[in-house]
This record gives sequence, C-alpha cells and structure tokens, in this order.
Amino acid sequence: MSYPISIYKVILVTTLIFLIMVTKENAIHRSKLLNVLWDIQRKRRFISRDDMKKISKEFNISMIELEGVISFYHFFHLSNAGKYTIYLNCSTISQHKDYQAVKKTFQDELGILIGNVTKDNLFGFFKTSCIGLSDQETSALINGHPFTNLTPEKVQTIISKLRNGHSVESLSNDPKNNIQYTPKDEAKTIFFKTYSKGKGLSKLATLTPDEVIQLITKSKLSGRGGAFFPTGMKWEMCRNNKSDQKYIICNADEGEPGTFKDRVLMNKYPGLLIEGMAIAGYAVGAHEGIIYLRAEYLYLKESIEKTIKEFEESGLLGKNILGINNFDFTVHIQMGAGAYICGEETALIASMEGKRGEPSTKEYFPVEKGFLGKPTVVNNVETLCAVPRILEMGLDNYLSIGTKETPGTKLLSVSGDCKKLGVYEIEWGMKLRDFLSLIEAEDPYMVLFNGFSGECLSKVDFDREISGENLLAEHIQFNFKDPIEYSRKMSGVGLRSGGSIMVFNKSRNLIGILKNITKFFVAESCGICVPCRTGNFLLNKKINKIIFGHADIKDLEQIKEWSTIIKQSSRCGLGKTSTNCLLTALLKFPEEFKKYLTAESNFNHSFNIENAVENYNTIIQEIESTYE
Amino acid sequence: MNNLINITIDGKQYQAHEGKNLVEAAKENGIYIPTLCHFHEINTPLGTCRICTVCVNGKTTTSCTTKVYEGMEVEINTPELLNTRKAIIEMLYAEGNHFCPSCEKSGNCDMQNLGYDMGVTNSRFPHVYSNKVVDFTSDRMIMESNRCILCKRCVEEIKTKDGKDVFSFVSRGIKTRVHIDYEQEKKLTDAEAMHAMNICPVGAILVKGMIYEQPFGDRKYDMTGKLKETQIHTDFIKRNDENKFIVATTSLAGCFGCHMSLLDIDLEILDILEIVEFNKSPLTDIKKFSKRCDIGLIEGGCANSENIEVLKEFRKKCDILVAFGECAIMGGIPAMRNFVPLKECLEEAYIHGLTSEIGTNIIPNHEDIPKLLNNVYPCNEIVKIDYYIPGCPPNANHIWKVVKNILLNEEYSITHEEFKYD
Repeated sequence: MSYPISIYKVILVTTLIFLIMVTKENAIHRSKLLNVLWDIQRKRRFISRDDMKKISKEFNISMIELEGVISFYHFFHLSNAGKYTIYLNCSTISQHKDYQAVKKTFQDELGILIGNVTKDNLFGFFKTSCIGLSDQETSALINGHPFTNLTPEKVQTIISKLRNGHSVESLSNDPKNNIQYTPKDEAKTIFFKTYSKGKGLSKLATLTPDEVIQLITKSKLSGRGGAFFPTGMKWEMCRNNKSDQKYIICNADEGEPGTFKDRVLMNKYPGLLIEGMAIAGYAVGAHEGIIYLRAEYLYLKESIEKTIKEFEESGLLGKNILGINNFDFTVHIQMGAGAYICGEETALIASMEGKRGEPSTKEYFPVEKGFLGKPTVVNNVETLCAVPRILEMGLDNYLSIGTKETPGTKLLSVSGDCKKLGVYEIEWGMKLRDFLSLIEAEDPYMVLFNGFSGECLSKVDFDREISGENLLAEHIQFNFKDPIEYSRKMSGVGLRSGGSIMVFNKSRNLIGILKNITKFFVAESCGICVPCRTGNFLLNKKINKIIFGHADIKDLEQIKEWSTIIKQSSRCGLGKTSTNCLLTALLKFPEEFKKYLTAESNFNHSFNIENAVENYNTIIQEIESTYE
Repeated sequence: MNNLINITIDGKQYQAHEGKNLVEAAKENGIYIPTLCHFHEINTPLGTCRICTVCVNGKTTTSCTTKVYEGMEVEINTPELLNTRKAIIEMLYAEGNHFCPSCEKSGNCDMQNLGYDMGVTNSRFPHVYSNKVVDFTSDRMIMESNRCILCKRCVEEIKTKDGKDVFSFVSRGIKTRVHIDYEQEKKLTDAEAMHAMNICPVGAILVKGMIYEQPFGDRKYDMTGKLKETQIHTDFIKRNDENKFIVATTSLAGCFGCHMSLLDIDLEILDILEIVEFNKSPLTDIKKFSKRCDIGLIEGGCANSENIEVLKEFRKKCDILVAFGECAIMGGIPAMRNFVPLKECLEEAYIHGLTSEIGTNIIPNHEDIPKLLNNVYPCNEIVKIDYYIPGCPPNANHIWKVVKNILLNEEYSITHEEFKYD
C-alpha cells in the first residue's frame, strides 16, 4: 500500500511553506532548532538530506553539525520512520508484563522485525527506554499517543484499525493517574489535595523576593528529581547573579526508568507547576519560564498549554502579575526529542539551545551561565509544585510534616510485583517495610530504589526509613566489600529517592533485570567519555557472559573493578551512577550470580569456535553456488 | 587570580595561583598529571578523555576541569588512581582499532606515549570489534575513525572563518563517531588543516601527503622519552624444580618477525641455552609437545581454526603463556581484516585479486584446510595469558628481560627505547 500522490503533495507544500516562513525571519535563533526538526519529522516522518540542507542554511550551521544534533535524539530519523511510528517500551517492567507477546504480535501483524519500517512506509516499529507508564505496562507510543496495558489482542485491533484509516488519537487511551495513597491525616497532604488556582501565587503580594527565598531555604526543599540540591540555595545563587535576562526551567524530562510521578502531577495539577515557576521567577528575577517536556509526554502538552493560556487570561501570567510592579512572567513548553541524558541539567540546557544534549563540565553552573549564557534555575516538576503549596500552607505547617532533614511529603512511583501500582504521596520518614506492605508487595525480594541509576535493596534494607536522615557520602555507600558490615553501618541511614520504586519478587531473574539496566545505559550514554560509553557496553557483555554460563568468579571481580572505575571516572552523573545497581546487587545478592558461574579456567568459555567459523562456512557455500 | 594559595598534593604542601586549573598548577610545581584531551590553547576545558582523573577532597574528578583553591587536598598518584588512569587508556585501546605498527602517527601519538608511560602491555578489557570506517572522501583529509578516541579537540577547535563546525560528533553512545563536513573542510587553509592533524592526539585526522614526515627515532616521543624507564609490575610465578626450563614457541597468525627478534638476543641466546631447553618450536622443528613446558611463547593472533587449536594446546601443555608481539596482544596487522566483511576478503584474495588467474572461481576449501574465523582475535580472548611483551617486533632485550624475570625471579625495568608498540 502507498499513499495517494496528493498526500505527498500536501506534505511537501506545507513543509515548503513552513521553511519559507522560517526564511523570512532573518537569522533564526538556534534554540528553535529542535522545534523545526520536530515539525519536519512529524510532517515528513523523517528529515531528509534536502531538508537538512535548507535547515543548515537557515540556522547558519554546517551540515555535519546538524546531522550530529539529529542523530543524537532517538525520535528524529534520517530515513522514513513510517506514517505510524510505534515505540514499544522495552524496559524491565514492560518485559515482566506482556512485552514479548506484544512485540511478537506487532512483528507478525506488520511483517517486520523490531527496529524496521514496513516496505510501504506505513508503519515503523522501534523499541524505546521507559516511557513513564510503568504502572500500566506493557505500553507503547504511536505518533506520540499513549497505548497502555497492551495485549496481543489489543495490538491486533490497533493495527487493523490503523490500516482501515482510524486516527491514532481515536485509538489511544489516556493514561490513568493511579494516585493510590495520600497521608491519612489530610493536613499532612501537600500535593494531592484540592487545588484552587492562584492560591499559592497570591501569597507573593505580601512577600519580597528575598523573603520567598528565605522561606524556601528554611523549608529545606531540595531537588526532587533525585539530586536533592537545596532549592533555596539554588535560587539565591541565581538571584545574586545580576543579569538582564534570567530563566526558570522546569525539568520535565522524567526519564529515570520507573518514574512517572511528574507525569501525574502535570496531568492533574498543571496549575501548581505554573505557579511554582512563576514564584521561582519572582524570587530570582526571571521573566521567562520554560518547561522542557520529554518527547514521551507529548500528549500532555496540549492540556498544559491550555492551563498556561487560562493563567494568562486571568492575569496570573503576563505583565505585572497580581498587580506587582515588574512581576512579568511567561511560560512556554520546549519539547525534548528522546534522550535520557537530557534530564541532566546542563545537557537539558544544551538541548534547549538546539545542540546535542551533552552535559557540560560544569565550568559554570546554570545559575551562573545557563540557558543562552544567562543565569538559569533548573528545577524538577515536583520541586516546583511543592513551592506554591509551601506558601499556601505556611512554613510552620510544612515543617511539621516529615523528618528534620526532609520535611514534607514525597511522591513515589511504584511499579513491579505489587498489587497497588501507581503514585504514592507519603510523609518522609516512613519505614520501607511499611511502605512495601502499603503497596501490597507480594513477597518482595529485591527493590530497585531510585530507578536504574539507583540501587538494589534487599531485605536487610527493609527496616530503613525513606528520608534524607543520616546520609553517607556516596563513595562510602557504594564501597562496602562485606554485606555484614553493610547492614551494620547502613541500618540507620535514610533512603532518599527521586521517585522510582520497582519491586521484584523471587520469581524474577535478577541477572535479567541487570542486563536490562546495563543495556539501558548503553543506549542512553551520550558517548562523550569512554568509561560510560564503552564501560557500560563491556559490562553488558559481561552480564551476557554470566547468563550464558560462561563466566567464572574472576568475571565477577572484573565487574566490580570495572564498575568502580566507571563510577570514579565518568564525566557526568549518568556514568557515575550507571553501575550503582550492579555494585549493590553484587554485594547483596551474590548467590544470584554464583548460580550461573562455572569453575575457574584458563579458557574463555564465551569463545565458541562453531560460531566463529559459521560465517566462513556460509560464505564457502554461497560462493560455490554463485560461481558454479 | 594572582593570589597565591596553599594546596596539598599527595600529602605535600604546595603553592599555586588561585583559580588556575589543576593540571597547570601541578605542572608549575613539577608534578605531572597525564592528559589527552587537554591542551593549553583550549579555553573551556573539554573534560572528555578522563585521563587526568584525580581525587579532590575525597571526590574523584578530572584535574583539567578543576580550579585550585585555598586548602584543597589533592591525591594524584595513589595506587587506585594510577590503576584507574591506566584502565581508561586500556579501555580506549579496547574500544578502537589501534594498530600502532601500521599507524602514521605512531611515535607522535599522545595516547601511545601515555601507554608507554603507564606500562600498558595489553588491555584488561575485551576488544569491542566496533565497525568503524576510514573516510577518504574529503580531498585533503582522511578521517580514520578506528583510531578516534572522541576527545572532541577537533570539534571544538577547528572552525571555518564564518564560524561553522568542520568536525562534529554524530550518533550517540557506543556508536558516536566524529565525521567531517566535506564542504566546510574545503574552506580551511592548508595551515588550518595541518593544525587539525596536529591537535589530534591520535592518528584519526590525517592530511594526505603530509604524513611520515619524521623517520623512526626522530619522532616526537622517540626523542622526549629517551631517558624514561617504564616500570612493569608482574607477579612472580614460582617454580619448584631445578632442572632445565622447558620452553615452547609458536607463531599463529603472525609473520615470524617476533621469532626473528627472539634470535636478536645474539650471544645471550647461548646463556639461555644453558638453562633452557626448547620443546615444540619452529626453532627446533619439534612438531608435537613431547613433555610439559614451563613457558609457551605465542606470536600472532588467532585468524583461523587451527590457530585456536594450537593456542589451546599450548595453554594445556604450558604453565605460563607469554603473548609476544602486537599480533598476539592486539590482533595486529592480520586483524585489520576485521573491518572488511569476510566474504570480500576471500573474494579479493582468491577471485578478483590481481594475482588470481582469470576465470578462477574457487576459494580453496577442504576439511584439512583451517577455516577462517569471523574476526582475528587477540590470544587473551581465547585463553588466559600470563605475560605480554608488546612491540612489532618486540625488542630483543625486552624479551630477554621478561624471560629472565620469569625464570630467575629477577625484577626488571624496560627503557623507553625497548618498550614500543611499533
């Protein structure tokens, strides 16, 4: 099947018109590049050499630099990705649901293997890392629209309906919020309670910017994306940097596998986020706010934009907000294009500037020189959403909730082997054991805490509390050699999470999960430094060696050594944390590895002579038949 | 900037100018921190190669991206950090396809020199066998991706007059490559093109016709390294009996050059024969092991099924295996076929080649003829190797020192001139 000629014409004409419009504005700003690429990708289903020539001319950059940008993001394609581009989530949680059957059905229905496009360019079928729907797996995105709880039957229906001309939108289903729990005492709920527009923001009428910063500093609010940098301090540093222009960026690139609380927040409380950004703008003296929304959450864009518009119409965004002189603030959305690394704030800024999303060396922090070289605050969605609530409920009330170091509540995204999947708002300080019974975890064996860059927890950790109390330096935490010493020293140490909790019971293959984790980092490493780029690739090979039963005890020692080297020497947080799960799994679940090991030997069992000469055998056969 | 401040490096007090980057500050105090991506003209440090990883106030970081401040405590040469830096170099060797003996930049290569300095004899990491291309398309330049370490120097430094990038990273993760923009490359002056080649710390960027300028012995690191000695740390392997040591040697996918070099020990071979008896070896023409051997010397990598059999036989019959020469360690020249599909290799050799008879359509094959492997493998990917002697061929003195070390348990160090990959 091929499209009628007219569709091609329409596509061509619209793109041309678009490019002509672009041409008219002289010297378009580089930060518009991702949007232009998105427009062409959406309309043409790929970015052709001809398009690239035009774009590189318009943006005054070389072709190769442009190709570098396009090839960095996995939602941009250099060859046709199909009228319907399907991305199936291949992360662990999806694998434990119906991934294999769903993948097979897609492949059978489309007649192609994953990673390919049908001959008629109607369907492209690709895999992708976690898309923030871990509580409703197996899930996929088709042209940006979500499809959750997929089964082989559903897939068959979807494909046949698409072939019959139904729109993707009409077939997709809005993901559920699945808010499972808020603190029993309603006064202790911070996020998931009634929201009335402008309530937090209006408090600014009686507060100076300095007072806001003091308030946030005293609230001990810290970066909820997982880094827990003190928000007040960040704002103050930005405020102290004098500049004609400053920016507030909301990091909505929720890419950590197993995390989806930001999706729920943006879906249910977009107003809270916008107020948080406006308050941050007021506090640091910024007039522009940008939400960097991950491409996987494209379906949230419209409703957030609608809310922005409502805010503008009711005078809560725009000029002289609340009648406060010079309190001008606007918010708009910048779409990402598929790169986990862009959750790292300097990579995010590079991406917003229309470059490859490579993290910087932190010569300057964003609060000094951030977006377009101007002082910039980058905050996570949850952090920003907490801000208007703190203003609303007052500092004392806020501080009465949670623990000393981490007041308030925390949103946790729960997935895996438990009965009640979804988002939980819990008061900091809850014991992990209590949390596990709250989510009705079925015989939890391993908890993947904080996503793939987090750590593996075993039953020795279950009595620790979820909080930021008594934390240890990271190089101590990940350097224990002895499990007994670990449990002795770590029992009183709090567990601080960005929000991802994946629970696995004994029936799951732990090594398989670790394989999925290393594969994820191979796919998502930006490639700029060798420890992360190649180290993770080699670790993935090692895990495969274990699975095939070719590894011995020396391989485990090597995994430990290499993981530590990657941790020590990687350029950014991605590499530095990429081996945490592996290191903690080796410490806490040695028996899981040992059952795969063979006896130590002088021969490398993973080298297989039959496989190594297979190629030769086929070639000899082929050549004999060709030249006969 | 001009304030003098106090810093501690490896337990000793030093003074440095506040805000200076740690590599330079240490250098001013006579302390060397190895670097690859860093070069003094660069404004914002790149921090890509990670070789200058040190420990600052308990946290590991790179010195090129760190500015010194009062009271800073730096660890540079702890055993752990030395090992980490060495591992990074080894990982770069495993990731790319580095064949020093055939590289134009050999002797002028920053990475090779660091390998010498750190005493890298082999990579602890398995080879990645990445599929990389050599791009000859541009009129003036060659982009040899097999050697590229993605340090980003060229990407950041080389721009046209109108500010456009000539080089750029393309793709991401393990597939990241540096590509040339042919159109922009034309705009560069010859001097700028040479600059691109010269700032490349390896042999990835070459300007056609401008390579092999200096003869062996006069190259950058031949000269500067004359007085350096490389410490090789190996564990001694204890032997029990006092009889003659039995040695076996073989050449797998090699050229016998390493065996030739072995004979270059000259008269000392007579000393060796006092204590050593050769068993299976091309030198004795003994075809089969007649007894268990103490040492097996392996030249060449594994290109076919017979190489694998012989190597495994050696592992079984010898207590200690020594890989000598680049081919045994890295795959060497034969491994350069890894970039070409096996079918093309065979067709070129037997059917389309200049020397094949017209009308030939047979690739010799018979059950007695060894089968070619999909890749040429370094020996340590097949069996455990105990010692490595790099070089193409290895220096005779180097071989002799290693043999003495193993047989007589003598400490040894190798001079820069003896320790070569080419």
